[in-house]
Amino acid sequence: MSNTDIQPILQVEHLKKYFHTPHGILHAVDDVSFSLNKGETLGVVGESGCGKSTLGRTILRLHEPTEGKVFFEGQEVTSLDKRRMKALRKDMQIIFQDPFASLNPRMTVSETIAESLLIQKIFTRKQSDQLRKRVAELMEYVGLSTKLVNSYPHELDGGRRQRIGIARVLALDPKFIVCDEPVSALDVSIQAQILNLMQDLQDELGLTYLFITHDLSVVKHLSNDIIVMYLGQMVEKSSSSILFEHPTHPYTQALLSAIPVPDPEYEVQRVPLKGELTSPLDPALGCRFAKRCPYVRAACLVDDIPLKEIAPGHYVACTLV
Amino acid sequence: MQNKEELLSIENLTIHYETDDGVVYALNDVSLSVKKGETLGLVGETGAGKTTLARGVLRLVPSPPGVIKNGKVMFGGTDLLSLNEVQMRAIRGSNISMIFQDPMTSLNPVMTVGQQIQEVVEAHNRRFSKEEVIKQAHAMLEMVGISADRSSEYPHQFSGGMKQRVIIAIALACNPQLLIADEPTTALDVTIQAQVLDMITALKDRLHTAMLLITHDLGVVAQNCDRVAIIYAGQIIEIGTLFDIFKHPLHPYTRGLLGSIPSLNKQVQRLSPIKGLMPDPTDLPAGCKFAPRCKYAIEACSAAEIDMHSINANHQVRCILAREEADDE
Repeated sequence: MSNTDIQPILQVEHLKKYFHTPHGILHAVDDVSFSLNKGETLGVVGESGCGKSTLGRTILRLHEPTEGKVFFEGQEVTSLDKRRMKALRKDMQIIFQDPFASLNPRMTVSETIAESLLIQKIFTRKQSDQLRKRVAELMEYVGLSTKLVNSYPHELDGGRRQRIGIARVLALDPKFIVCDEPVSALDVSIQAQILNLMQDLQDELGLTYLFITHDLSVVKHLSNDIIVMYLGQMVEKSSSSILFEHPTHPYTQALLSAIPVPDPEYEVQRVPLKGELTSPLDPALGCRFAKRCPYVRAACLVDDIPLKEIAPGHYVACTLV
Repeated sequence: MQNKEELLSIENLTIHYETDDGVVYALNDVSLSVKKGETLGLVGETGAGKTTLARGVLRLVPSPPGVIKNGKVMFGGTDLLSLNEVQMRAIRGSNISMIFQDPMTSLNPVMTVGQQIQEVVEAHNRRFSKEEVIKQAHAMLEMVGISADRSSEYPHQFSGGMKQRVIIAIALACNPQLLIADEPTTALDVTIQAQVLDMITALKDRLHTAMLLITHDLGVVAQNCDRVAIIYAGQIIEIGTLFDIFKHPLHPYTRGLLGSIPSLNKQVQRLSPIKGLMPDPTDLPAGCKFAPRCKYAIEACSAAEIDMHSINANHQVRCILAREEADDE
């Protein structure tokens, strides 16, 4: 990964996404800010329902943000009109979690990959030869045999389907990709193949990733920086190595200690967590993790806890630090 | 003959699914045993035959298309495959019970959780009075950490982790000697997974239940099992103690699996995945099923079926090269 060009490609400022539900306002993403440098990977971790997918989608304006701004290469994404936004989508893409649900079952592999090229008018239908050539190129690039051009998704296994998802994103030559749990549905041996592919692509094309996952070992393997989310809020942010060596927020500590380590000699020192994730519907003031936190005290419940920089680049939202 | 310590021993179990598109060779000549009180982990990827094995033990393989071709499932001196349906029903739930993968779909949405536990207690203890049944059901709920006040609630009022606790309560309601857990925590978040696994282990120790834990997660195995069996394309390819498998893996597939996991304790620049895919179960290669993906494969690997080779009393592996390596030492 190149560190020569350290101008942020993406800046997110006080991003909020609330959903109005019959039971109240759901704070899916609540005041998240960060910036991401070109060619780097930012990991976003948290449990189901913490708002990590909503964050990824709101950045791409697949959800309209409730408040806050997103800048991509200095340009404010959140205020663009439809036409400009569509043009920008070439640069900002997403790989979805479920390779079974995110592909159209009635389109062949080549149609799926060609579709994005046609929509963005990189090729027109008349240029079928060039289009075919480009699709074949892309398939080869992501390790799909060109024999499969006319196959349908149901004929393929999860790993190959995810490769289609990657190929159709790469077709547009994007700069920034939101990867929303791209390997969660895959078996470990296939998962490793896809992770290696994504790393190679990043190195070759200088891609920037926002890597959303619940799997901490995957995130550690790939990311430069990591954000830990809990009920819509960022509770800790730091470089990957610092986070794993000095997890500071009690939630991060609990999350790290809960991962089953594939080594029988590893001593488990678990930070016990009471209860389960509560819902982010009309959250009360104060720390949202307080109910499950083993160190909770009165000060935690008074007011929202701001992020505090405890070391250069290491931010934690906790009254104990 | 069944060893006294062995609670369950599966001998040469072969299960095929005979479909219109051909025969699926789901399980081929599998032998393994679970000792009293121990936890045996069964690890494999999607389609390796893990769930077929679990269902085969309980005779829950849907038939048609499933056919148990061959083998024995010895449990407490009887071959389960020779029992009739009535006898088998008496075993399920009371002697051997099963936890299924998906807590969201294995509970009945229109029955309260209390009723669902009572149903099991009642079915296996016909002489219990209504009060005794309810009392027992409440005790089970409390045991898995759910207040008995919630027994009149419906599954949709519970979170995923709580539902899985209810399912565990149902599975343990009759104090079985063997618990088969098929990916019990795969659908749960890590912190909840840790809670549920800790609870299963604590209950298992308290009730002296043996467990067959089926999973694809080697981390879960390392933290919860005594022994591990690795299954690939319907065959057990390596079996041993935790230490054998994690510290001295011999089969190239086992090594490949371990190399595929990103590690938390050490920094690896690149993962070393296993190339290729699992073979089509309707068209398995001759000889070693892993040979087409194996970087050490030689001609002999595909020439004939490979037998299990014992490295020591506990550790067995199905690989020609591992056998030679062991012989050389």
